[in-house]
Amino acid sequence: MRNSLAAQLPATSAEAGGLGALSVLAAVIRRDLLLALRRKSEVLTSLFFFVIVVSLFPLGIGPEMALLRIIAPGVLWVAALLAAMLSLQRLFATDYADGTLEQMVLSPAPLGLLVMGKIVAHWLVTGLPLVLIAPLLGLQYDLAPQALGILMLSLLIGTPLLSLIGAIGAALTLGVRGGGVLLSLLTLPLYIPALIFGAGAVEADISGLGAVGHLSLLAALLALSVFFAPWATTASLRIALE
Amino acid sequence: MLTAIDLACVRGDRRLFANLGFNLESGGRLHVTGENGSGKTSLLRMLCGLSPPEAGEIRWQGETIARQGDEYRKAVLYLGHHNALKEELTALENLRTTAALAGVAIDDAKGVELLGRVGLAGREELPVRFLSQGQKRRVALSRLLWSAAPLWVLDEPFVALDSAAVTWLADIVGKHLSAGGMAVLTSHQEVEIAAGKAQTVRLTQ
Repeated sequence: MRNSLAAQLPATSAEAGGLGALSVLAAVIRRDLLLALRRKSEVLTSLFFFVIVVSLFPLGIGPEMALLRIIAPGVLWVAALLAAMLSLQRLFATDYADGTLEQMVLSPAPLGLLVMGKIVAHWLVTGLPLVLIAPLLGLQYDLAPQALGILMLSLLIGTPLLSLIGAIGAALTLGVRGGGVLLSLLTLPLYIPALIFGAGAVEADISGLGAVGHLSLLAALLALSVFFAPWATTASLRIALE
Repeated sequence: MLTAIDLACVRGDRRLFANLGFNLESGGRLHVTGENGSGKTSLLRMLCGLSPPEAGEIRWQGETIARQGDEYRKAVLYLGHHNALKEELTALENLRTTAALAGVAIDDAKGVELLGRVGLAGREELPVRFLSQGQKRRVALSRLLWSAAPLWVLDEPFVALDSAAVTWLADIVGKHLSAGGMAVLTSHQEVEIAAGKAQTVRLTQ
């Protein structure tokens, strides 16, 4: 029956042809990046938040280089966690409100793939800018060039982890009243391992212990969450839509 | 063929309907009627597989939809209360993204042509937030033009449309039915659809 129908609608379906899973993934990423481009203020909010929070500490503490060097990794990482939190609530909320999420669930492509696309776009928009600006902010804390490199690397591995774990929280709190606060309570504890190993990598490098161990553990966490986070997010989204 | 057997729906503490069954054959349409809050949208979401029925079973071509996964999702087109449009994106971008999500590639020229057919010629590059309610609905309805899904599930498709668009939509649904498709729809308006065997399910509380 389906074939006969498709045969009678040749102008559209047959000519257009089917799309592979990867192009569906690319379409989701492209859409979310385009949306980010049109809603610049939302994107810039978390970046400016990161810049301002990190810059407030040296101003508050004063020019005590030794102290600043010690607190630098922790401050930068905590600021990155909070900046990532800021944008999480909107990750699925707008799609939920305008009905796009229903269409994503009903898409023939696996929902996990579409969710992955949204997470990648979220990282490109909110995580990557933090990675790129972090060395500049690290200068305020008198970090050595090598420590700045490690900081960047730890954020490069760590910020995708924040987007992945955050997506689970965002999906779980979808449609819940006061979801924003609940999202922080739910997600921030899950960020603790990323914080420990991320900030730990920079501290280890500064104290001369070598950052490889911390970075490997951070990368292991990332690999684990790439595997599990889309699955958990998908399950939560289906529950939210029921 | 879409078959529903002994469906029941519970929302909160209230049982909206129970023991609901029907058989929708190729070329048939099912009108779901009932008062506000009688469970029409819940039934339609169930038929799409968005929410599992409290009791009973929904079968597509003889097999439970829960076990079919993407096979069934390819066969269904669902148009809900929400238009599933992004306000910041243009009508054309919305159309192309929606199609890509459903696994259909549509290029710009084709997209412009399709939007022309729903009466939005010249407004392809306008962000959707500048369109009227009826025009947004038309952008959403453009999905009916490229979809190859045999089963259309339309929740209040005529809302916000002007009389010309209502006639156009009834015509499109009629063509879909004569081509062997099926449609399940809710509507508070009386609309003439020429083709197809009509059935009505009335939800009462």
